[in-house]
Amino acid sequence: MTLLDLILLVPAAGFLVALFLPKDKPALVRNFALIVALVTFALSLLLIGPVNAVPGSMAFEQNTQWIASPAIRYHVGVDGLSLWLVILSTLLTPICILVSWNSIQQHAKEFYAFMLLLLVGVVGVFVALDLFLFYVFWEVSLVPMYFLIGIWGHDRRIYAAVKFFLYTMAGSVLMLAAIIWLYNQSGTFDIPLLMNMLATGHLALGRNEAVWLFLAFFVAFAIKVPLFPLHTWLPDAHGEAPTAGSVMLASVMLKLGTYGIVRICLPLFPDAAIAAAPWIVILALIGIVYGALVAMVQPNMKRLVAYSSVSHLGFVVLGIFTFTHFGLDGAVYQMLNHGVSTGALFILVGFLYERRHSLEISDYGGVATVAPWLATVFVVTTLASIGLPLLGNFVGEFLVLQGAAVANFPWAVFGALGVILSAVYMLWLVQRTFYGDTPEPLRRHFSDLSLREWAIVLPLVALMVWMGVYSQTFLHSVRAGNDRTLSLVLRDTTNARHFTPRTGPPPATLIGQLSSPAAKESADAR
Amino acid sequence: MHQLWLIPALPLAGFLLLGIFGRRLSKPVINAAAIGSVVLAFLWVVKTLYGLGALDQPYVERYFTWIASGTLNVGFDFAVDRLTAVMLLIVTGVGALIHIYAIGYMSHEGGYYRFFAYLNLFMFFMLTLVLAANYLLLFVGWEGVGLCSYLLIGFYFLKRSATEAGKKAFIVNRIGDFGFSLGMFLIVAQFGSLDFQTVFAKVAGLPVEKGPGMLALICILLLFGACGKSAQIPLYVWLPDAMEGPTPVSALIHAATMVTAGVYMVARSAVLFNHAPAALEVVAYVGLITAVLAATIGLTQYDIKKVFAYSTISQLGYMFLALGCGAYSAGVFHIMTHAFFKALLFLGAGSVIHALSGEQDLRLMGGLWKKIPVTFVVLFCASVAIAGVPPFSGFHSKDAILLAAYAHAPWMYWVGVVTAGLTAFYVFRAFFLCFFGGYRGDAHPHESPWIITAPLAVLALLSLGGGYIDVPRFLTPVFGEPLAAQDESLVYISVGAALAGIFVAWLFYVARPGLAESVAGALGGLYRLVYNKYFVDEAYDALIVNPIVDGSRVVLWRGVDAGLIDGAVDGAGTASRFIGGVLRYMQSGFIRRYAAWVVAGSILVILAIRFAGGAR
Repeated sequence: MTLLDLILLVPAAGFLVALFLPKDKPALVRNFALIVALVTFALSLLLIGPVNAVPGSMAFEQNTQWIASPAIRYHVGVDGLSLWLVILSTLLTPICILVSWNSIQQHAKEFYAFMLLLLVGVVGVFVALDLFLFYVFWEVSLVPMYFLIGIWGHDRRIYAAVKFFLYTMAGSVLMLAAIIWLYNQSGTFDIPLLMNMLATGHLALGRNEAVWLFLAFFVAFAIKVPLFPLHTWLPDAHGEAPTAGSVMLASVMLKLGTYGIVRICLPLFPDAAIAAAPWIVILALIGIVYGALVAMVQPNMKRLVAYSSVSHLGFVVLGIFTFTHFGLDGAVYQMLNHGVSTGALFILVGFLYERRHSLEISDYGGVATVAPWLATVFVVTTLASIGLPLLGNFVGEFLVLQGAAVANFPWAVFGALGVILSAVYMLWLVQRTFYGDTPEPLRRHFSDLSLREWAIVLPLVALMVWMGVYSQTFLHSVRAGNDRTLSLVLRDTTNARHFTPRTGPPPATLIGQLSSPAAKESADAR
Repeated sequence: MHQLWLIPALPLAGFLLLGIFGRRLSKPVINAAAIGSVVLAFLWVVKTLYGLGALDQPYVERYFTWIASGTLNVGFDFAVDRLTAVMLLIVTGVGALIHIYAIGYMSHEGGYYRFFAYLNLFMFFMLTLVLAANYLLLFVGWEGVGLCSYLLIGFYFLKRSATEAGKKAFIVNRIGDFGFSLGMFLIVAQFGSLDFQTVFAKVAGLPVEKGPGMLALICILLLFGACGKSAQIPLYVWLPDAMEGPTPVSALIHAATMVTAGVYMVARSAVLFNHAPAALEVVAYVGLITAVLAATIGLTQYDIKKVFAYSTISQLGYMFLALGCGAYSAGVFHIMTHAFFKALLFLGAGSVIHALSGEQDLRLMGGLWKKIPVTFVVLFCASVAIAGVPPFSGFHSKDAILLAAYAHAPWMYWVGVVTAGLTAFYVFRAFFLCFFGGYRGDAHPHESPWIITAPLAVLALLSLGGGYIDVPRFLTPVFGEPLAAQDESLVYISVGAALAGIFVAWLFYVARPGLAESVAGALGGLYRLVYNKYFVDEAYDALIVNPIVDGSRVVLWRGVDAGLIDGAVDGAGTASRFIGGVLRYMQSGFIRRYAAWVVAGSILVILAIRFAGGAR
């Protein structure tokens, strides 16, 4: 048994044990869940050293038979791409348990059990190397989230939960069909094996076949991301979910989609991915601008943050489909940054909700007067979210847009509009919530951050600064993982000509066309 | 190693101390931390520059890799050359004086520690900006000073107009940064690096562009960023509103240091701009148009801080004119003299406002020279300096710019001379309205304490004599010999314009009061147009802001999101529910209905066989 197995096993066992704990002792259950989550987090930190030693290949690989026929294997491993996503999941689970400490009173046992099951599901997706196993974990993560929204959510929780479930299931069905199709062609579910078979020509997919398979996977992932126009489940799910549900949803579950694109869509169907890239990028760019514009006019805080996620995740998708080192590194880094900053935003909105019992922005004002530290932390998180340098998101956004600029300059122009708009909607939110006069209901019983709340937000704020100032801690392994993915996608020389970044004069083709006649000639000559 | 990092680290330490523990600290401790950190930074700058000697070559210190991806490697690297040396001295020197002044000015304000925490944070970012050895680290300081500007404009966060102005400043700057970042992306795409030395070495090897090309595009995008930070057209609209902040902030950030960052950035990129004459021409036009436009608005304003704000925009326009004419050193020279006299103007105005318990309207001042004589004297020094009266500081730098403009294009010189006349007029208009005639308000004016007047005295001396610090010659190794017309009569003409401006102001507001109103009345519509700042804010709101907000709400959110997409999704849901509803009749749980279905089904099957098999 490897460390990685243990990281899956501890929360899974915790989930089962939690089910048998007495119902009338919620304090016992939440203490137990917190300890299990913290142990899992501590274990996941042990992954860092060994993975950083060989970030370009799989560490802690475990490959044993699960079902003989069809040949489903328990094949897991972690590399530079998945390492930090695993740690993000294990970090946010104990934080979410702490967030729910007082606010979840009804069915507390089930709630914390579901939190642990959710952890198993998401970590499983990030480490699965067998398509069927991947699918199983994918579905496992879906179920607890459905209940988190449906049982502990706000007024319209049932509508939101069903919408979330149906949207995601629609994608899952497509993915399952594609997985089975691939199995029929190849006789295996094993991702590395499939990649190898495709590379050596042992498995040859027709051009249309590859496109359809790519699309089936991609749509499943795109719903999860969510990519415009498949995003409308997200504001409802976020608007109705309890704080912990929103945090796990935004910080971790959305990344299942973008991770799936990088782990499965790109290496298995590189040609289809390249062919579809211009269309996908257009949707991502629309999402960036559209999400920001719609976020701007939301009267509800959680929906505002939800739409901002549509915009932020648009950056991630844009970065991936530039097929450049900049873009892909930025995309993966942005997944982590978004996890930290948007998670923190939902937590802070949750703190506000616990005090005022409203998510309507118009019910707030002047909070900085009554809760200055809460306001300070919120502003810092806002600054991270809008990509202020020295905080994490800036590095991700910079690399994504740099990649877009190298691949096709107009992409960067449209993408950068999102950076302007993010400042508009977030600063407007800050102004309306924290500044100005304090309305009467807020003057009473509006306390500043408690010790528990400090324990929740302080690690996240520290991470924002760390990720913004010293990105090498994280980017080192991310880069190595991406190098391998890119070398697979760009293995074909015709692809490479269109998509490798060119540095230094002569100017990159697409930029050259934009400007000088001399550059245009040299571009034509090529 | 000269430990350059200590220069910004000192105010950063001050910020952290004040930000985290400030609420529990006593006032003397807060003062010691806030002032001490900046004064120490100033002393460390002096010591470092002394140790570095002639600085013919840039001195670079590399600390650690910040971002590495693909072939790009961006580090936390600081560098000092002569340009940086000038900026460091201005920022820490003037900064320290303004910090000392603020102790007196802010002593009765709430959030005292918070104010100095922000101010120290600003110093950290501003020093990072000028020390950065690559564009991205410069951008860190760039965005950081914007953040501090946002926080300090909105310092009185209970006031809606203040938070509104802070937000506007940040967003307009973000629009400029949009251009700046696109410029950086192109630099990376072209040169594979953001490091100043690497990029400029590669650019130096390229031929000078004929007509607009790639380098011109890069330069225009960088210029767009500079227009945001340095309040040039079309992005100057945030600076007048920024006067909502406390007056020391207006002096430090919105006059002496931050707003000159755009000028510094363009000067830093001189190699790039020199290889793109088309872009350089645009810089000159932007500067010239801004200088004239802002000066005309300044003629008509009654809020003393607004007058000086438009004056700042106008003077920054002068600096851009200098850059556009290739006279970078003249532009930087003007950064310095402007830092002296404009900081003094704002701090003096602050002293007036302080004396009048918060009054800012020139119409409610008058006759104050007897009541606040020290402030009167220092403001006189600042006014003659900005007006360009020889031999005071503004005369030297403005003359360097105008002579360079004449060498570049004579008509630009003439526009510059007219603007110089306008400048002298509006500054002395404010001066006369404030200090001469009878007192028109109802406060009880009193002179400010020494902690306010002492920094004013130092700045007054610098405003008067600062022109003899020969910055252009000091910067020759960086920018080369600047072009300048060698014609003394041009100097006499510009001085004449300044004196004429002062004379007209004296005529309007001292000798013949009432003349100004009749002239304004005679001009009618034109006066109202200028008084209302050409309605630029209103136009931006009507043409850009409102359509975007309303369009997002009505079209995108209610229309596309809730209507179109969710309509389709819910429609699919309704359709399947309808089908499900029909199918539900088949599984209702009633035995008789099942029986009916069985019968109906059997009939269907029999009929089907009958018709299908009928052919046999």
